[in-house]
Amino acid sequence: MTTVAVKPATMAQALTRALRDAMAADPAVHVMGEDVGTLGGVFRVTDGLAKEFGEDRCTDTPLAEAGILGTAVGMAMYGLRPVVEMQFDAFAYPAFEQLVSHVSRMRNRSRGAMPLPLTIRVPYGGGIGGVEHHSDSSEAYYMATPGLHVVTPATVADAYGLLRAAIASDDPVVFLEPKRLYWSKDSWNPEHPTDVEPIGRAVVRRSGRSATLITYGPSVPVCLEAAEAAAAEGWDLEVVDLRSLVPFDDETVCASVRRTGRAVVVHESGGFGGPGGEIAARITERCFHHLEAPVLRVAGFDIPYPPPMLERHHLPGVDRILDAVARLQWEAES
Amino acid sequence: MTVMEQRGAYRPSPPPAWQPRTDPAPLLPDAEPHRVLGTEAAAKADPALLRRLYAELVRGRRYNTQATALTKQGRLAVYPSSTGQEAGEIAAALALQEQDWLFPSYRDTLAAVARGLDPVQALTLLRGDWHTGYDPREHRVAPLSTPLATQLPHAVGLAHAARLKGDDVVALAMVGDGGTSEGDFHEALNFAAVWQAPVVFFVQNNGFAISVPLAKQTAAPSLAHKAVGYGMPGRLVDGNDAAAVHEVIGAAVSRAREGGGPTLIEAITYRIDAHTNADDATRYRGDSEVEAWRAHDPIALMEHELTERGLIDEDGIKAARDAAEAMAADLRERMNQDPVLDPMDLFAHVYAEPTPQLREQQAQLQAELHAEQEGGH
Repeated sequence: MTTVAVKPATMAQALTRALRDAMAADPAVHVMGEDVGTLGGVFRVTDGLAKEFGEDRCTDTPLAEAGILGTAVGMAMYGLRPVVEMQFDAFAYPAFEQLVSHVSRMRNRSRGAMPLPLTIRVPYGGGIGGVEHHSDSSEAYYMATPGLHVVTPATVADAYGLLRAAIASDDPVVFLEPKRLYWSKDSWNPEHPTDVEPIGRAVVRRSGRSATLITYGPSVPVCLEAAEAAAAEGWDLEVVDLRSLVPFDDETVCASVRRTGRAVVVHESGGFGGPGGEIAARITERCFHHLEAPVLRVAGFDIPYPPPMLERHHLPGVDRILDAVARLQWEAES
Repeated sequence: MTVMEQRGAYRPSPPPAWQPRTDPAPLLPDAEPHRVLGTEAAAKADPALLRRLYAELVRGRRYNTQATALTKQGRLAVYPSSTGQEAGEIAAALALQEQDWLFPSYRDTLAAVARGLDPVQALTLLRGDWHTGYDPREHRVAPLSTPLATQLPHAVGLAHAARLKGDDVVALAMVGDGGTSEGDFHEALNFAAVWQAPVVFFVQNNGFAISVPLAKQTAAPSLAHKAVGYGMPGRLVDGNDAAAVHEVIGAAVSRAREGGGPTLIEAITYRIDAHTNADDATRYRGDSEVEAWRAHDPIALMEHELTERGLIDEDGIKAARDAAEAMAADLRERMNQDPVLDPMDLFAHVYAEPTPQLREQQAQLQAELHAEQEGGH
């Protein structure tokens, strides 16, 4: 076996590789969406796929998200494994009826006779200076829809492993791609991609004893940065990357919180009705007697996503996370 | 240098050549809905087909009356009757081949049964013991769709996938006049035309979307005219003339099968009953309109044709009615048996494998059921 140097790759490159490997491994895998063919997608994630596999396998569709997802449902009913690209988070909303009324429940309404192996890739989140309707964190809508899996990678290796798992899944998966991490680099061996990651398992990105930061997707690097800064203040923070919002890994989250006794949930999505409320409730229900302080949330404000020149005030940053950590009732310990 | 800067050198030029991308003339529907019964064309129709259509129409009508009766007895939660529309329901389904697919709306139970579906299984949704009571792959009938027009893009995708695989499959997608206002109708027709997918869109224009008449639904010359905007042919047919529906759908299905692409067909018909048993049609329409349509009844039209041409006698008519009664008796008997329900089914088909969260909830329900049983003894 030849040794290949581990070189830095971007998350976008890892996603492309995952699509390419999935298409090569299974002729049923079809990629479809707006600009995914000749152009290779606006984020170039589908670059080269139409050329390599033909336009019937990587298809530029008409500009209509309900039509894209609706026809993908029919293709999946016939045994194909469509991978649909929604160009931006907020552009996926026209497809919501298909998603909620059909994609999420076809298996259920047909009593298991008609599963839909369908992956819906959605670039999401802010921090790239996008104008209106290009920066939404729409994960709470998907999480609130039974029948969907909802996953989101934060590292280059997970981008590959989770996308392969999503495409291999016999259930519909909403695959949320943190667009501000598309160009993040990581040591990753493209010649020997990592194993397919199981959907539904969180991972501890940084071990610590003082408190747990629970986060996912674009907020993972922010939390790791906050943890480094906190170390200077004497707090040893653990960072849990959820990776999968549905199914939710109660086990990993609770094991961490039971160790540390304190938890802060961090995400870009708004706090009210957002994922953090659910996560805080789950922790409280399961780990109440281990908690030294209420579970806190650091979230985006409950406002429509701001214009790019103001977005830094909205996005949870290191300072806001440290402020929350400082409010975890440390004085009670002394 | 910009055009403004080189103003002196600039010569106005006509725009690059333009021409229409498709000749619209062949796509336009005829001025009148196509008819066969009572016209010279009927002589060319296959007598065996006409007799079969007749028997199925009689059976279909009886199914409608029996199902409506079952709502009154509390055996069905609701039934959207297709009384008066049996010709469209049945002739369209019978124009398909075995390997083809049907994508019905909630009013199209009869079409599903005409595909060979068990009449009781077809009513599962409306009885309420599950959402879809059959394996869609068995008779190639998609689940009855309650959200309007959302099943149309599914038909397009399935037909497209079949064609990519090299399979000989045509999809027939059914929708009502109200459904043509939905965005999914537009997107499905557009995708189908761009992909040249082997799909036939069959609109049964029965005059009403619950209470709202077509005039409040569209300003198009006809619903069939909408086809032209997508670059596919539009066809108009008398929806109460089973022979005409069979002919027009059959031609569109053949065209799709041979790679000719999709067709939009509008059948002009009338919903004789209210929207469902829960609706009161007297609030929005008059008796005279209903009576005019009763006089153009699909069964009477076919029976008249067959009798006039000596293709059926009293015995033949009686045989069709007896067969329909037997079907109704069987339906009654089986629908009067309580369905067997297993509450654990609630968790069985949400995902391939239940999530840990669903397993917890399943255990909770199991404990509740156990406590209920204990309490009952």
